[in-house]
Amino acid sequence: MSQAKVPVWVNVALIPFINIMLAFLVSALIILSIGENPIEAASYLIYGAFGYEEGIGYTLYYTTNLIFTGLAVSIAFKAGIFNIGGEGQAYIGGLGVGLTCLAFDSTMPLYIMIPLCIIGGAVFGAAWAYIPAYLNAKRGSHVVITTIMFNFIASSLMVYLMVNWLKKEGSMSLRSREFEESAWLPYMHEILAPLGITIESSPLNGSFIWALICCVLIWILIWHTRWGYQLRTLGMSATAAVYAGIENGKVTIWVMLISGALAGFVGLNEIMGVNHSLLLNFTAGYGFAGIAVSLMGRNHPIGIVLAAILFGALYQGGSELAFEIPTITPEIVVVIQGLVILFSGALEHMCKDRVESLFIRKAA
Amino acid sequence: MTTPYAIELRNISKRFGAVQANKDICLKVTAGSIHGVIGENGAGKSTLMSIIYGFYEADSGDIEVGGEGVRIRTSEDAIRYGIGMVHQHFMLVENFTVLENIILGAEGGALLKGGIENARAELHRLEQEYSLDVDIDAVVEDLPVGLQQRVEILKALYRGAKVLILDEPTGVLTPQEADHLFRILKSLKEQGVTVIIITHKLREILASTDNVSVMRQGQMVADRVTAQTNKEELAELMVGKKVRLTVDKNEAKPTDVVLAAKDLSWFDEQGIERLKKVSLDLKAGEIVGVAGVSGNGQSELLSVLSGISPLSSGEIQFNGETINAKNSKNAQQMRDLKMAHVPEDRHKMGLVTGFEAYESAILGYHNSNAYNGKLLLDRQAMLDECNERMQKWDVRPPNPHLKTANFSGGNQQKIVIAREVEQNPDVLLIGQPTRGVDIGAIENIHEEIIKLRDAGKAILLVSVELDEIMALSDRIIVMLDGAIVGELNAKDADERTLGLMMANALNDEVKEGNQA
Repeated sequence: MSQAKVPVWVNVALIPFINIMLAFLVSALIILSIGENPIEAASYLIYGAFGYEEGIGYTLYYTTNLIFTGLAVSIAFKAGIFNIGGEGQAYIGGLGVGLTCLAFDSTMPLYIMIPLCIIGGAVFGAAWAYIPAYLNAKRGSHVVITTIMFNFIASSLMVYLMVNWLKKEGSMSLRSREFEESAWLPYMHEILAPLGITIESSPLNGSFIWALICCVLIWILIWHTRWGYQLRTLGMSATAAVYAGIENGKVTIWVMLISGALAGFVGLNEIMGVNHSLLLNFTAGYGFAGIAVSLMGRNHPIGIVLAAILFGALYQGGSELAFEIPTITPEIVVVIQGLVILFSGALEHMCKDRVESLFIRKAA
Repeated sequence: MTTPYAIELRNISKRFGAVQANKDICLKVTAGSIHGVIGENGAGKSTLMSIIYGFYEADSGDIEVGGEGVRIRTSEDAIRYGIGMVHQHFMLVENFTVLENIILGAEGGALLKGGIENARAELHRLEQEYSLDVDIDAVVEDLPVGLQQRVEILKALYRGAKVLILDEPTGVLTPQEADHLFRILKSLKEQGVTVIIITHKLREILASTDNVSVMRQGQMVADRVTAQTNKEELAELMVGKKVRLTVDKNEAKPTDVVLAAKDLSWFDEQGIERLKKVSLDLKAGEIVGVAGVSGNGQSELLSVLSGISPLSSGEIQFNGETINAKNSKNAQQMRDLKMAHVPEDRHKMGLVTGFEAYESAILGYHNSNAYNGKLLLDRQAMLDECNERMQKWDVRPPNPHLKTANFSGGNQQKIVIAREVEQNPDVLLIGQPTRGVDIGAIENIHEEIIKLRDAGKAILLVSVELDEIMALSDRIIVMLDGAIVGELNAKDADERTLGLMMANALNDEVKEGNQA
């Protein structure tokens, strides 16, 4: 058989772009069908996400969460494990961050609080991922089933803890007390101000920098260490891993620990960065969106950052859109997000063969 | 006007994305003949047959069946035009009876009863007409492979097949079973059935076909009348250059026992004993061949010796270590003891097909200091070594960054063998060294194995190709049903004796012989 060469950029850039455009095309038809102008809708969406500084801030604030959960899904996926428990791990990770803040905020300065909270989020998130990982490695339970179950357990556990233990005394709302300011992760506009850069205030905070650092660390881990080699071997061929003497159970467990820790960092952004107190439902589906982000980003940190920005923009631009054109309800915005996931995830290969053979014929 | 061909293909082309699998294929199969299609793995034979059988539709070209142009879009179309196919891996429901398997998909009506009665009568007629004896009430999983294959043939005939396609039909058969199959095919031919056999085994083509077509790299390169051609010519046509089909080697000079295995047993997850008290010694400087129909414990023997499966009982003495059920070693630890292993299935085990070549080239040795700095993998060291080995072993193309899957079978195998051999092991386990390897590369790999033996390594060779076992081994053991049923000096081995031992027909004679 002869093998023709397809330019790399076709696979990396052109095909994903075509997929997104197809998603937007179908979205346009839907918007048309409810009697609104799709061009106008698109311009609100884009302006809302990127048109002004505060909008960009919001977009990147959503992006931060999606990078964490996207990385979490992708590192597990690289090892052939489908961790869809990011939601629960983020929730419990956030609990870890919150408890750390509540315990030390009055005694420790910020520069100690930051590493402490990173450790707190990582340990709690990892611990929540450890149980399904252990059950899989030792008992063969299916990770998809156990991790999804653990999302529900996490949710119930949080309600129990908030109602019975962590709720601020005498208050009706299910929030813990507000942390001391020494446990507030600085906002981006605060970080940049001393450098002479002024930007409008937005919820974007220091956790965004940590998310980017995590991307680099994960990239090094996966592609430049022997541990990464082992996890990639396991992911691509479990039988080859056994042949090579790689202990599948061990690798599964530590990959899930890292995955859970990454998801747990959502708590840095939400709890330490924005809400400054423990509360319910702060994960808001980011754990699940992370699956789409990692799929679209082809499990590569750079791809994940780009996909996370796209989804962040859809979140932010979408809420702007729903505000500006009331007939386009938030549910329609969810439909648009769903279409992007459908076309770039599930139908990823729909145009692949056709586009590729176009380039082959041209080359021939 | 001559009689129309049973099947005629004109300019069939098929492309899968970037891969041109078939290009302008023309093929004429005379009605009532046995027609062989040979070619190396990846030459496009299976794609072509899948097009005839309706799994794929050709991008362009015409198909004629019995002189009429037809369009075959699905397997149902193919069956309607009287084309039947026997796949390499049988498509049978194991816990159904023969009868139930045969009527599957052709039950005839909502209630089974009437259909079954009709089928029973029809099958008796077919069995007699083609002398295909099978107990049609037997459960398929209880039948030996040879009979299962017969069930597949019956199934096709039951559906009215006038053209029967067999894809690598002898891969799982003993030589005797294969001969029997060819007799069946001859009698089918006498009854007017047209048979197409796809294979890469030259001997079978010569033994059983009337005409032969040769494919190479997606194209049909030659059509021959079998009686007017020979092994050498066909091999040359398949590969595109001259090939030698024999192996030169000197007398072996075995010295010390390097590995002694005693009473090795292994039970699988269902608790079935797959390896039954196997004992064997490997001496430095000899090649021990393991013959047997595939699935009789050879793979399990390799995986227990290499540390992939922990043994259930028995012990292995190797390089000063005693390995038993309590003190088991995994594949990594066995490698540290200087045991190398070229696995039977390089796609599933020996390589990670999604890796770049230089990454596959360290599989199993990825913890070695040679490839690691303190924390990070030393990519440059990996690349340098891979480049060097690709030169030395003539891997083509010599590009360490090419994806492993994109190398041909022979070059993939060279990557695996180079990796294992260059570690300078004491024992080399090697399974199916030339499976799916181009004829040209086979020669090369055989020479390397002999060279290793002469360098004083102990080699255990497992292969389903009897020719290969006989050509390379100094000593041959025969496995059946997880146990060793015989051992003989390679000089005393011939195909018939080995075949009978593999089927256990000689077992009693051998036992008597041992006692005498």
